[in-house]
Order: sequence, then structure tokens, then C-alpha cells
Amino acid sequence: MADFEIKDLRASVEGKEILKGVTLGINKGEVHAVMGPNGSGKSTLSYALMGHPGYKIDGGEVLFKGQNVLGLEPDVRARLGIFLAFQYPVVVPGISMTNFLRTAINAQRGYDGKDKSKQVSPKEFRSMLKGELEVLHMDDSFLPRYINDGFSGGEKKRAEILQMAMLKPEIAILDETDSGLDIDSIKFVAEAVNRMRGPNLGVLIITHYTRILEFIKPDFVHVLVDGRFVLSGGSEVADRLETTGYSEWMEADEPAVLAKEEVS
Amino acid sequence: MATSPKIDVGTDYKEKYGFFVPEDYVFKAKRGLNPEIVKEISWMKGEPEWMTKFRLRSLEIFRKKPMPNWGADLSVIDFENIFYYLRASDKQSKTWEELPPDIKATYDRLGVPEAERKFLAGVSAQYESEVVYHSLQKELSAKGVIFLDTDSALREHPDLFKEYFGTVIPPADNKFSALNSAVWSGGSFIYVPKGVRVDVPLQAYFRINAENMGQFERTLIICDEGSFVHYIEGCTAPIYTSDSLHSAVVEIIVKKDARCRYTTIQNWSTNVFNLVTKRAMAYADATMEWVDGNLGSQITMKYPSVYLMEPGAKGDVLSIAFAGKGQHQDAGGKMIHVAPNTTSTITSKSISKAGGRTSYRGHIKVYPGANNSKSFVKCDALLLDDNSRSDTYPYNDVDADNVTLGHEATVSKVSDEQLFYLMSRGITRNEAETMIVNGFIEPFTKELPLEYAVELNRLIQLEMEGSVG
Repeated sequence: MADFEIKDLRASVEGKEILKGVTLGINKGEVHAVMGPNGSGKSTLSYALMGHPGYKIDGGEVLFKGQNVLGLEPDVRARLGIFLAFQYPVVVPGISMTNFLRTAINAQRGYDGKDKSKQVSPKEFRSMLKGELEVLHMDDSFLPRYINDGFSGGEKKRAEILQMAMLKPEIAILDETDSGLDIDSIKFVAEAVNRMRGPNLGVLIITHYTRILEFIKPDFVHVLVDGRFVLSGGSEVADRLETTGYSEWMEADEPAVLAKEEVS
Repeated sequence: MATSPKIDVGTDYKEKYGFFVPEDYVFKAKRGLNPEIVKEISWMKGEPEWMTKFRLRSLEIFRKKPMPNWGADLSVIDFENIFYYLRASDKQSKTWEELPPDIKATYDRLGVPEAERKFLAGVSAQYESEVVYHSLQKELSAKGVIFLDTDSALREHPDLFKEYFGTVIPPADNKFSALNSAVWSGGSFIYVPKGVRVDVPLQAYFRINAENMGQFERTLIICDEGSFVHYIEGCTAPIYTSDSLHSAVVEIIVKKDARCRYTTIQNWSTNVFNLVTKRAMAYADATMEWVDGNLGSQITMKYPSVYLMEPGAKGDVLSIAFAGKGQHQDAGGKMIHVAPNTTSTITSKSISKAGGRTSYRGHIKVYPGANNSKSFVKCDALLLDDNSRSDTYPYNDVDADNVTLGHEATVSKVSDEQLFYLMSRGITRNEAETMIVNGFIEPFTKELPLEYAVELNRLIQLEMEGSVG
């Protein structure tokens, strides 16, 4: 069994069935890409894996570290080592990024306000931050800003990857991290993710476009259409989609080829 | 419990804590209110005749004035069952064991020092921190600043006192200002001479002082031309009192080019009715800023106001209110534009939880001739559950030309998306909710001196624990 095992996952939103039985095993050390057209269930998959309250689980299980995580609150899943880089990172006014990052790291380490030995020290925190900021080509000025407040699209996505780098998950889900990014930002983000690749991290990249996969080479690519995987394989699957798009699985009136995303 | 109740708080003050016990007066506390009691209070304090008459006149007005028929429900106040003046030693009637457990627990969690918590809880007699207080006094008096409790100020600076006392808030202003005028005791008196800037915030005698936290304290601040002072009243730790009524009056005069900031954080125990009248007069190019935080009490009615008397005057109210179970915070602000080219802003933030109720009540009045005035009101309410309530009552009267008036109001809930986002980083639901609430009041918190800001965030954390469903 894989380290992170999704078995026949079914999920719905507001009564509408979206995921119709998804099965996928991710081992640490592997990078999987899930590709699919709009409305295929890509975001539902990422939210369902992280435990968003708006997504109802209708069946299946997700096994990680010997338990089915589907019954767990999102914070418990996160502390187990699951991370979701959001497609649309949420603005939280009044809380600085620094405060947020420190609180998250402390939470990850099980600090509950009492046992000070579990708390990240200011020195350790600063040195962690410094290194990761450099890789992502970010400067200190964004640290006192409120969480995602007034961030550009690129800043938001880089901030997501910064959080990932600081929290060091074992399973990371990147939900359309490439959307809305210019080519430089994609490169910085990819570089940061590639640095984290290794035997302790399994990655699930969810994307509409093949572009990010030029920079983060996946070991496996899965095509999601209408809530089910229709094709799985190696990186050659992405090459095939690059030329033919999703047309072979789509209704006739859908766009036939994989249109290049407009760069913001 | 870290605190031993066996400590004898009546002796060895100076050695143990550096405080002193004030001398005892001979006065027998009685409940209820009548001219005899008012005369006795005045006599006890050795006041001049004009003040005795002022008090008696105020009592008459109090009796004639009806109760406010708006705002919170005040019908349960029994004026005949209240002590209107107590000696320090009468106040010291409780024991540590008698305190409600939640108050004790909060002191523990906030890490309030032992001596201070006994005082806050009303277990020990009043004290002042002599050392800190005296060094500050020395520095201030070198600059000509007067900073005294209001009773002493009446004795030591009778002329200055009489010139301004009761001029901003006359007894007849409302029923509770009349009551305060009749039975007031304690509070702070500050005079800042022309051009003097007081760099350190003046706090009610090293944060706490019994008279400052009395039931009917009376504060008077005069900022002479071009001066600046920041006064801080109250503290974040809950103040336990068995008195059910707190009715203060705060009068401030800000002269030409002067600036005054008045910061309050009140956290009365939840049996208290907190009915306070606060008003400032701001003259040419003067600035008055009220920073007002209301956490405790059963009912609060408080609307700090600024009368913008001359061109260029500026008024600012920044307030937060937190209402939990059984609490009603009816708060807001008033800006009265009397002169042209005056500006005002009111920013109100309220949080309701576990069935608590917050109301924003504001009044913007622009008199004829106060042309080119600007006013902006923003009130944001955060509801933490479906049982809680928030209302907005804005009143605007504009009788001048070319006036800019803005009003923005939002009511929101802790959003599922924000919660999910924070929780997806491993932060527990409760901590995530606390973060969102602290983020919501951050525009207020960032205006506080650091130690107050830290305490306020911790207090919100305590208020939030295990509360939201």
C-alpha cells in the first residue's frame, strides 16, 4: 500500500456528485500530477483531501499513517503532515504573515501555549524564514503584511509555497499553483518545490495546464474527467495532453484543445 | 491556586509591596440617596460650599430626569439599594474565597501579580505604587503639569478646578451625569500647560488606583494651547466589584493646536451596569482622540463625544466592544460639528458571542455654518454564532453646506473559508477563531501601548476558549 492511499473517493458539493470514485496511491518521494479540464473535480479533490466543510464525502477512504483521515478536522490532517497550497489563498485581515507562520509552526509542533520547549525559538524561526524567502525571491517586506491581504497573484502563490517550506509536510497538494502566475513566478515556485523533493515528501500537483510540469517533472500523470481518472501514466501523458488536449474525453461543444492560459 | 488567601493585607504594606494604607475616615456607609447623604459626602471630603451646592442641585436634577427610554434596559437598577460612598476599609469586605471562580481563574491565566489581583478583586485596600508615582510626579511638576486625583485637585487648585469643572458636561446633560455630579468621588485631574508635551502616557497611578475605579469617578483634563497628553484609564484584567452601578463622567478641554488622546479599556465583572458620559471640547486645530474598549459589564452605555468648537478641530473615536453571554454593549460615539472645516471619524468594532448583544449608536450633528466639515463613520460587527446580535443606530443631522458625510457598516460572521485556511495549517479551530477575532480588532489593538495590546489579545483568547460552536 502507498504512503497516502486514496481509495474510491466520492464527494459532492451542494448535492451535486463531483468525485465519482477516485483511487490513487502516492508514495513519499513521488510527484503525481492530476490534470483535467474545468469542472472535472480537480479542486474538489484537493478540498476533500484537506477536509473543507463545504465538500461532502459520500464514500471511499483516504489512508495515511494507518488511519482514514476523512473523519478528521483539517487541523488534525495538517498536523499529521498533509498540506494544501490553495488555488485561491484566503485573506485574513489583522494577522501578520509572521504571526501566522509562527503560529502554524508552533501548532505543527504541538505547542498549545503551555510547554515552551515545543515553541519555535525566534532565532530558529528567523533562520528558517531567511533561507526560504531567498529561494522564492521574496523579501522581508511581506512579513508584516496581513495574511494574503493586498497580495498580487504571484505573491499569494509564493506565500503558499513559503508556508509549505516552513511546515515541511509529508504529503503536499498543490492546487493550481501555476494559475495566474507569470513565467518567472512559476520558475521560483518550481525551484522551491524541487528543492523540497526527496524521500520524505510526496507531491500531488493539480493543474489544468502542462506548463508547470515543464519545471516540476512528475513521476506520474493522471487525467481526471467528470470525477474519474480516465488515463494514468508517466510524464508522457502530459506530453500527449500538450498536443491533443482533453478533447477525446469531452463533449463536442467543449473547447477541443488545451488553450494556453492568459498570463496575468 | 497560586495565591495564598492567608496573607494579611492589612499590615506590612510598605515592606511587602511598597504600598501604603490610606488613613481611615470616620464615616458610616448607608445605602440609598438623599440630600443628607450628599451633604455628608461633601462634608467628609471637606469641600467648599460651592461644590456642596453643586452636588445638591445635581441631586434635584437626577430626581427629576426620567430614565433614558432608549438603549439598554435599565429598569432593574434599584437606586435605593446602592452605596453611594464607601470608605476604603468598607470596600475591603470580601475575602479571596468569596470571589467567583471565573474571576480568580482569569487572574491566573493573565498572570496578574498577586498584590495587584487582590486589589483588582476588591479584597485588599487601595494602594498606590509610591515609587513609580512619585518619580513621575516630580518630572511632571517640573513641566508644570498637574496630575492628581480629582478630590485632591479640588483642594489644591480650587480656582483652576472651578473654572472648568462641569463646563463640558453639565449635571442636566442626562440622568447619569446628574447622578455622578451629585455623588462623584475620585477620578483623575490633569492640567497640561501651554506648549507642554507629556511624552509618557499618564496612567491612573501605575495602572490602578481604587478611586479611579470607583463607582462614580469624575475625570477632568485640560490641555492648554499646543500641548499634548495621552491618558490611559482602566486595565485589561477583570475588575471585580459587588457594586452594580458604575457611572463616571469624563470632561476634556482641548485648546487651540493641542492634542489629547484618552484610552480606556474596561473589563468590569459581568454584574455591573456601566453608564458613562464622556465628552470633549476641541478648539481651533485641536485634536481629540477617544480610544475606547469595552469588554466586561452586564450593560454598557457609552458614547464618547467631541464638540468641534472652532475651525480645524478634529475628533476621533476608535472603539471596540465585546459582548458575551448575557451582556449588552451599547456603545458608539458622537461628533458635534459647530465650526467650519472640522473633521471627525468614528470607527467602531463589535464582537458578539454566545447570545451577547452589541449596538452601535452614533450621532453626527453638523450645525448651520459648519460648512466644509467632514465626517466618516465606519462600524463593523462580527457575530460568532447565530444566537448573538448586533444592531446599528446611526443618527445624522446636517444643517450646513458642502459637508462630506460617509457611513459604512458591515456585519460579518467568522467565515468558513478563513477558518478552513488557518486550520489547514494545523491551527486548531479555537485558536483560528481567536486569531480571526484578534485580527478583526487589530485596528484598535495597534493604537494601544504594547503591554495593553498583548494583554488584550490574551484576554480575547480567554473569552474565546471553548466558546464558539
